[in-house]
Amino acid sequence: MPFEQLLQYIFSGITSGSIYAIVAIGFNIIYNTTGIINFAQGEFLMLGGMTAISLHSFMPLPLAILAAVIITSAVGALIDFIFIRRLKSPSVLNMVIVTIGLSIMIREIALHVWDEKVRSLPYFTGSEVTSINIMGAYISPQVLWVLGVSGVIVAFLGVFFRFTLTGRSMRACASNITAARLCGINTKNMVTISFMLSAAIGALAGCVISPITQTQYDCGTSLAIKGFTVAILGGLGNSTGAVIGGIIIGLLEAMSISIMPLAYKDAISIAILLIILFARPSGLLGKREAAGLKEF
Amino acid sequence: MNFLEVKGLSRSFGGLRAVQEVSFSVEKNAIKAIIGPNGAGKTTLFNLISGALPPASGQVFISGSPIHGLPPHRIARRGISRTFQNIKLFSRMSVLENVMIGRHIRSRAGFLAAMLRLPRTKAEEREIRETSMDILSLLGIGDLADQEATSLPFGKQRVVEFARALATEPDLILLDEPAAGLNIHETAHISEMIMKIRRRGITVLVIEHDMSLVMNISDEIVVLSSGKKIAEGAPAAIQKNGEVIRVYLGEGDA
Amino acid sequence: MRPSVYIPVAVLTACIIAFQIIVSALNREFYLTQLTMSAYYSLVILGLTVLMGYAGQISLGHAAFFAMGGYTTAVLTTYNLAGAAGNPLVKLVVGLGLDTVSTNAYGAQTQHLSPWVSLVVAVCLTAAVAFLIGIPILKLKGHYLAMATLGFGIIVYRIVLGTRMFGEADGISDLPAFRLAGGLAVGGDPGLRVQNYYIAAFLLVAGVILLTNLIDSRPGRALRSIHGSEEAANAMGVNTARYKLSVFVLSAVFACIAGVFLTHFNGGIGPSEAEVMKSVSYVAIVAVGGMANLWGALVMGVVLNYLSLRGYFGSYDEFVFGCILIVIMLFMPEGLLIKENFRILADTAVRIVNKCRAGKQE
Repeated sequence: MPFEQLLQYIFSGITSGSIYAIVAIGFNIIYNTTGIINFAQGEFLMLGGMTAISLHSFMPLPLAILAAVIITSAVGALIDFIFIRRLKSPSVLNMVIVTIGLSIMIREIALHVWDEKVRSLPYFTGSEVTSINIMGAYISPQVLWVLGVSGVIVAFLGVFFRFTLTGRSMRACASNITAARLCGINTKNMVTISFMLSAAIGALAGCVISPITQTQYDCGTSLAIKGFTVAILGGLGNSTGAVIGGIIIGLLEAMSISIMPLAYKDAISIAILLIILFARPSGLLGKREAAGLKEF
Repeated sequence: MNFLEVKGLSRSFGGLRAVQEVSFSVEKNAIKAIIGPNGAGKTTLFNLISGALPPASGQVFISGSPIHGLPPHRIARRGISRTFQNIKLFSRMSVLENVMIGRHIRSRAGFLAAMLRLPRTKAEEREIRETSMDILSLLGIGDLADQEATSLPFGKQRVVEFARALATEPDLILLDEPAAGLNIHETAHISEMIMKIRRRGITVLVIEHDMSLVMNISDEIVVLSSGKKIAEGAPAAIQKNGEVIRVYLGEGDA
Repeated sequence: MRPSVYIPVAVLTACIIAFQIIVSALNREFYLTQLTMSAYYSLVILGLTVLMGYAGQISLGHAAFFAMGGYTTAVLTTYNLAGAAGNPLVKLVVGLGLDTVSTNAYGAQTQHLSPWVSLVVAVCLTAAVAFLIGIPILKLKGHYLAMATLGFGIIVYRIVLGTRMFGEADGISDLPAFRLAGGLAVGGDPGLRVQNYYIAAFLLVAGVILLTNLIDSRPGRALRSIHGSEEAANAMGVNTARYKLSVFVLSAVFACIAGVFLTHFNGGIGPSEAEVMKSVSYVAIVAVGGMANLWGALVMGVVLNYLSLRGYFGSYDEFVFGCILIVIMLFMPEGLLIKENFRILADTAVRIVNKCRAGKQE
């Protein structure tokens, strides 16, 4: 493979990888505060993208994106208020079923609101033919947007969890929810915030990838399953792991296209998921025993 | 030859050495108690013997044949049954059905035979039901047979767990704090039951915090502290043992 | 059979026969078509109920096993043996008398593998796949198990969608009828409607009898004990890993058999049968039926599939199943068909009757 082509694959791998990492971090935020794997995580991306597309028809792009992020985040809060709070000491089976139900409901509502048409936001800078030459590989400026926004999200979350009171309280919930409650932290609110936060970053990610991957009512599911693969690979709950895992999965997927039929692309990343689950469910960076201790 | 032989059993979790080089033996049909402060590694020791946890090193023999490293369901077939400190009855099943699970290793019906309800399966099913009922009657809870097991009061649940363990017709029974959370009457009942099952030829290994119960029923006592065996002997000797007193009452008082 | 199974089976059989008589008398036999299909889907649901409700192991990939049954028989029975008469394998098949000659929709004669053989092949293949995938998958618990089974389902879906042999997006059509003994045949011909209804009903009743027998038996109790406490089950000598694997394979085989029969009845199969949404709707119906409740699963399976197939949910079909999942899990984790709900229903009925009576007296 010539160097330029390899570089092209690497860029496309890192681009999709960074989106998978954002989805995975969304999983982690909710998982850490509630122990729930939110199967509707992918729908947040779809919802963010779709809302921004609709709003963009009568307001400028940055405002549309901002509004989409806020609206999706409100949907996240709503989901917690209406559904998650009603689950009292639920079994894992119940939580899985409820969030799957949610993902189907959101998707079907989106289908009736926006129909089956594939839509997309315009390129943030330039157009689909604009490209930048980096060491012989041609990439779209939107790719830089995706990388930049993902980087900002990761940095923001790092600061948020380390230096703000809310972020620290959320971490306290993650390590021991009973102890956190005893320290006077309102754990219910933390759960709401975690849903809002992961909906918000999902929506933002959904907006930046929209020009490249386009948005359709059912695009959430495959993103969710890849995001989950990445979350598992990086060690559930571990956001540094999610970034590394995302890039690995993104690169593997990009490379697989060069040797396998495109139709099997999704099957490949899921096969990777199965292999990780079977061989090392605690992930690359997760501790084996930590994974064992969390009752699944 | 001793009936149960535990040799140099060790296991740690991360940096914590839960059980270190513990050795002891139990004679056939004896009642042996394991005592020690919280976190001494008593339950871990039970988990190692019953196979719920694989030991990092050490050996366990039953009548001279090794059982360490076997999965728990194979160890159960070697005649070892147990109860749990935090009662683990099967939810959504009646008391009788819980005890009937105890007959699992004493019966054979597989999927196909069960689905087709072959005559021999029916006969076996009748046997399982009758034996389980007998055990419930023996322990005085025959009238609870059709109740949902996990909805019973705590004390009754302990008795059901007892019945379930007995239904496997064990040679050795491991009782993990059988009197925990029980009132005086219930404790007396448990103590009676332990003596009753010993008379049936079953060997008993029991973890217990209730000292009067331990001193009353056991032939010998093993004392664990921080994962290590610090004393072993007859109840009277243990009561006088300086090391044991120090562990129980704290360093300063020795 | 015991009295506890006796009565519901008798009631069910009576309902089955009564429905057919009424529908035939009203000259509305086309209703039977969707009911036949619902019966086959319910067979999948019964198998899943034992796995999920009783043994407590979720599967979000059961549509894959259904599809394996359907696609295996579709591929094998649509292959024209006459066109490859020189092939030694084909010679062997014909030599052993494993072939059948059918007349296709255009009146032409085709020589193909007997559906009996493809049924056996499908069951063996599905059981083998379930066994091999089950060994690592069933070591997982909770979310991991859910995701792994979901992943398995998606892989199967992607494979049937992306492979020429399976007809890609079009699927496989023009299956011959599956001729059983005594002139009975599973096929889509309108003349076969009534007998197909009874064939499906027979399989469903047989399935529910076999599984209720299983639940109330030594292996059945072992399965339920795994759900209650895996650790305690192990300590009582139950080889939990083996039992989980066995019930996974058993429920996969139920799905596979349903897939084989329904595909012959429909005369074809498409990739939508392998879709994740299909698996999810099976799970939804098991939940509505009350999880550990075979009769609940059977009733809800027939009713909901029938409504869905008749198009009563319109374009809100998936939405309905999503809602069912949430509402049942949040408000009625014991399912819809529990005594309390019937009592509420009865109470309301009594109250309404009383009110009417009071109204008349005034």
